[in-house]
Amino acid sequence: MSSLAATLSDSAVITKRNLIKVKRVPDLIVFATLSPIMFVLLFRYVFGGAINLPPGINYAEFLLPGIFAQTVVFGSTVTGASIAEDLQKGLIDRFRSLPMSRAAVLIGRTVADAGLNVISITVMALTGLAVGWRINSSVVEALGGFLLLLVFAYAISWLMALVGLLVRTPEVVNNASFMVIFPLTFASNAFVPLESFPSVLRTFAEWNPVSTVVQGARELFGNTVPGAPVPDAWPLQNPVLYTLLWTAVILAVFVPLSVRVYRRTAAR
Amino acid sequence: MNDAIVVEGLVKRFGATTALDGVDLTVAEGSVLGLLGPNGAGKTTVVRILTTLLAADEGRAEVAGLDVVRDADAVRAAIGLTGQYAAVDEYLTGFENLEMVGRLYRLPKAEARTRAGELLERFDLVDAANRPAKTYSGGMRRRLDIAASLINRPRVLFLDEPTTGLDPRSRLAMWEFIAELADGGTTILLTTQYLEEADRLADRMVVIDRGQVIARGTADELKAQVGGERLEFTVTDAAALPGMVEALRPLGVDEPNVDVASRRFSMPVSGGADVLAEALRRLDGATAQIFDIGLRRPDLDDVFLALTGHAAEEVGTDHEQPAEPAVTGGVR
Repeated sequence: MSSLAATLSDSAVITKRNLIKVKRVPDLIVFATLSPIMFVLLFRYVFGGAINLPPGINYAEFLLPGIFAQTVVFGSTVTGASIAEDLQKGLIDRFRSLPMSRAAVLIGRTVADAGLNVISITVMALTGLAVGWRINSSVVEALGGFLLLLVFAYAISWLMALVGLLVRTPEVVNNASFMVIFPLTFASNAFVPLESFPSVLRTFAEWNPVSTVVQGARELFGNTVPGAPVPDAWPLQNPVLYTLLWTAVILAVFVPLSVRVYRRTAAR
Repeated sequence: MNDAIVVEGLVKRFGATTALDGVDLTVAEGSVLGLLGPNGAGKTTVVRILTTLLAADEGRAEVAGLDVVRDADAVRAAIGLTGQYAAVDEYLTGFENLEMVGRLYRLPKAEARTRAGELLERFDLVDAANRPAKTYSGGMRRRLDIAASLINRPRVLFLDEPTTGLDPRSRLAMWEFIAELADGGTTILLTTQYLEEADRLADRMVVIDRGQVIARGTADELKAQVGGERLEFTVTDAAALPGMVEALRPLGVDEPNVDVASRRFSMPVSGGADVLAEALRRLDGATAQIFDIGLRRPDLDDVFLALTGHAAEEVGTDHEQPAEPAVTGGVR
């Protein structure tokens, strides 16, 4: 077997293993989807009336791409907690003692977590359609929107894999990532238009890749007001390109780094 | 016979602490080596280096004729490892766990499945094969873990404290499985804190403490280092002891040790059962006063105490298993 084929085959075995857990522990899926549903409903009905939007768009259309982005980015933190759990339980030791590909455990993990994200995004999209969200673009563009969200989240998964390998305790991974991901998703255009932000925060939000994922998804779903001005920050003018650049950089840094750390990581 | 494991001058430091301080050992092919030592002695570090999980700072190691650093992948293909904690995926069934490991050893799918079935049978897990490992008892998890390490028919098997935390019955069952593997010709390196376990399973032993080898040999050789057998008994009335000491002293190879408070007599002897018979003859008339007479050969607890100055179990372990009290003053 060539080494690429071997890596793919090992990764498939690990992905399957991780997805079996999802099947056996349905709570995972339930909670992975319940909280986004709750967010959709809370924001739509609690804040929806209080947030000033440009005329010509309803809040559900504005909100859903933001909730999608927040959920998949949060969803990718599962990667870190799961890797830490595997470390704690000695499974990483077992895998490292096998003549398998050194990258497969991390590839299988991140791919399975991307699968989880596909499930949560589907549930959220259906909830969104029920509360007034609409796709106003072509099927190809809409698929592009979902893909953009998933690809960006996949890159974050690799960053979280490194956190999991270094932190080693699932609870700590969760708390630590919450501290980073929560501000990152809220200091963005996910829930409110950037016009209301104070200037420093606004600049941060304009360059925050979460904002551009959201902006890119809005454009691809047709959830923007036609003709309405976009903030003139370059990232928001070119949200898809800027998001893909971030994605590429994160992957280029964290894939090799995580694999390198994995090769040397042993339990405790 | 070739050596399946060769370790030379292994040194491993973790920050300021030296976990291994120049360990040498060899394990002949097809034999079982017991690596003994208290918690923190460095046993697990040795296993981690030999199984390619950890790189040594100095020294070298070969497993199955392969260098653990240069030929790490080939080493991994030749070994099986069962760590201190049963490394099984608890959401997968027993069968799925074994199939997964088989696939990761790059066995074809059909072969991985056949092998999984064989091992479940061999380790008495057929009834539980399709239940998630979460539902398994501690003993069943360990058996599944060992089964996983055997998927690839390893030439060298590493068992790191395979029975720690098991109840006595599961421990006995595990011993039988390990003995069977050894009989089948697998080279085994077994670490344990239980001296009885090493005594029972290992052909040779290496005792390490604070990262250094402090003794090595067969169980008998180690016991001989501590001293031979002892004649021991307890009397009902301490007043009878002085007379008995006079009668028995000529049989001893060293001075008897008498503990009046516990009414105990203990004396190094040599000659086996004949000495015991002779002692009973000399005590004729006073035997009504005696209970618990016997010859006691030193066990590995005595060895450990003699070698390290502390009992095997007393150093930072959470296992409430007091070592058998050593003979009062019997050990130099």
